[in-house]
Amino acid sequence: MGIVKIPIGPQHPALKEPESFLISLDGERIQEVGMRLGYNHRGIEKAAEGRTYTTAIYLLERVCGICSQAHSTAFIQAIEEVAAVDIPKRAKYIRSLIGELERIHSHLLWLGVAGHEIGFDTLLMYSWRDREIVMDLLAMLSGNRVHYGMNVLGGVKRDIDKQKQEEILKAVDILEERTKYYIKVATEETTLIKRLSGVGYISKEDVYRLGTVGPTGRASGMPRDTRKDDPYAAYDEVDFNVITDNHCDVYGRTLVRVGELMETYKIIRQLIKNMPDGDIAAKFPRKVPVGEATSRYEAPRGEDVHYVKGNGTDMPERVKLRAPTLANLQSVAKMLENNNLADVPITIAAIDPCFSCTDRMIKTVNLGNGSTNMFQWETLRKQGIDWYRREKGVDFAELNKKYADLRKVD
Amino acid sequence: MAIASALFNIIVFPGFLFLCLMGLIFEYVDRIIHARLQNRQGPPFFQPLADFIKLTAKEEIIPDEADKKVFKFMPILALTAAATAFFYIPLWSVNSLYSFTGDVIVVLYLLTIPTVTFFLGGWSSTSMYAAIGAVRTLTQLFSYEVLLFLGILSPMVLADTWSLTDSAIYYNSHPALMLVNLAGFFISLIALLGKLEKVPFDIAEAETEIVGGSFTEYSGRLLALFRMAIDVEMIVGASLIAAVFLPFGLMLNPVVAFALYIVKVCFIVFLLSVFRTIFARLRIDQMVKACWKYFAPIAFAQILLVLIVKGVFL
Repeated sequence: MGIVKIPIGPQHPALKEPESFLISLDGERIQEVGMRLGYNHRGIEKAAEGRTYTTAIYLLERVCGICSQAHSTAFIQAIEEVAAVDIPKRAKYIRSLIGELERIHSHLLWLGVAGHEIGFDTLLMYSWRDREIVMDLLAMLSGNRVHYGMNVLGGVKRDIDKQKQEEILKAVDILEERTKYYIKVATEETTLIKRLSGVGYISKEDVYRLGTVGPTGRASGMPRDTRKDDPYAAYDEVDFNVITDNHCDVYGRTLVRVGELMETYKIIRQLIKNMPDGDIAAKFPRKVPVGEATSRYEAPRGEDVHYVKGNGTDMPERVKLRAPTLANLQSVAKMLENNNLADVPITIAAIDPCFSCTDRMIKTVNLGNGSTNMFQWETLRKQGIDWYRREKGVDFAELNKKYADLRKVD
Repeated sequence: MAIASALFNIIVFPGFLFLCLMGLIFEYVDRIIHARLQNRQGPPFFQPLADFIKLTAKEEIIPDEADKKVFKFMPILALTAAATAFFYIPLWSVNSLYSFTGDVIVVLYLLTIPTVTFFLGGWSSTSMYAAIGAVRTLTQLFSYEVLLFLGILSPMVLADTWSLTDSAIYYNSHPALMLVNLAGFFISLIALLGKLEKVPFDIAEAETEIVGGSFTEYSGRLLALFRMAIDVEMIVGASLIAAVFLPFGLMLNPVVAFALYIVKVCFIVFLLSVFRTIFARLRIDQMVKACWKYFAPIAFAQILLVLIVKGVFL
């Protein structure tokens, strides 16, 4: 057949979000991988600059549908550092607790997706069924299955009382038993081991060189975990192990994730046992002083970094975030080298990608002459308004002006 | 009258319409078992028929660059080939509808045709996904086809015949000898799994890699026909395995024998569903390796066992 190029994405059944991988194949062997990002740029950073801190939290929480607690906590931690506000200890514990429950839900979700990518739908059905337990738990604690809205400036919004703590412990017992079963499946089921071993290999050196984060890095023997290295919330008061593995392949990443689940149950039990009494939120000033801060958070997918710059008003001057998938994407190209076409979906899925969270900018490239074009905010805005006037007959310029006037009066 | 009865046999019962109905029913059986094993609710009983009707009502899109004649003809060929094979298999009595010496070879070849049509259909649609799926279909064919032939032929060697009917008569008078062929039964089930392109051998239509494989560009009626062909192939394959490896009870009262036949097919479909529930999809190289390294020796051992039994005990 010679060398053929097949596109995986932007629209493809293996990918749940738009991303383009152009794969050159010699038979079943991968020769070259071309990657393009930016299909789902949402302009969240810019939009955050036009909102007050309080409303921006809800926007930042929606960066990712799965690690929403991660993004909102990282963002709030940065603001709290700029404003130099200390939050109550109980709030810290509750933030950690929700973060760990979120990790359970994310890792079980990944396990199912990994099963689906290798055509093992039974694993998908089982792990997503068990994931419902933690989803229901989160709904009980926060009112929502995703986008919990638990964080507010200076603390958390809802308390977790004794009765709810009991419920959590009960659910964790069930989940622990189920996770033990998955560990048994992962370590004993031959077709699964055969299918995952040696796939998407990345060495320890490459992991350091390419800046891989999270379970992907830890599966290649990189003992890095922000919860341990730079403790935030209540993590300096709990005892847990950083799970690493030396398989360096997708199988190792599976073992790391199920191993982390067991550690998570340990953390949750400690958090509930040691949860101090007291307030759940401190008083927070409406205006945040001039200053900047960077905050790190160990999201289920890896290290999540947020940067906030305050200018003395109630709106941020600049917000910048780096989702863990962006750090891991570099290593995907490396992992795919010399693999089979059949390994592409699982290798991409093994970093637990969240492409939509990753997209921070768009740059259009004219493939004909190679010229590039970066859009400025003003031109993008003007183009949008023009398009609506031309195509839909709606004039947003006037509406925007009215809206701006209303705000001025306010 | 003879012609009318022959036409009735071919078109209605136990021919084409009965076969299609059974295909739809057993697609449901397969899906519901698969769903229940996966802890899901599963579809309602009419779902396969509803899918079929809905697909036939959909728009048919044929790619501009496709070889239109081949593209349109392949689903029909797949369905007719699979359905034709059904006439030569003894179902609930020792006599099949049509029978002659060597019909087992014809059945096996007719069952190969749908696979070849998957290849030609995918290849002629000129899509990259379909082309890769088509090549994979053929690669798969080379790994399971020999196994299926070896598996099906070993009971024939023991019965000393090339006719399915004669073999059924032979095993009904020597029922104990069915036990000799257990390894062949297992091998044939594996090969049938490959033929039907079900997990772990659904490499040719691996959704997460190459979208729909050979069927990527198919839509509407043509896709409905292809899906019906796969359903029919499942029934024919299961009936063939039942006739060759489980030919007991064929001399009984027709009603009892018919019920027994349904039970046998159910049993085989159940085994196929279990296999596709508990395994992950293999890679194409792993499949070729597994078939030739592990299953082919078992198939040869089966033939050897049959020859020894025949030489020493009979």
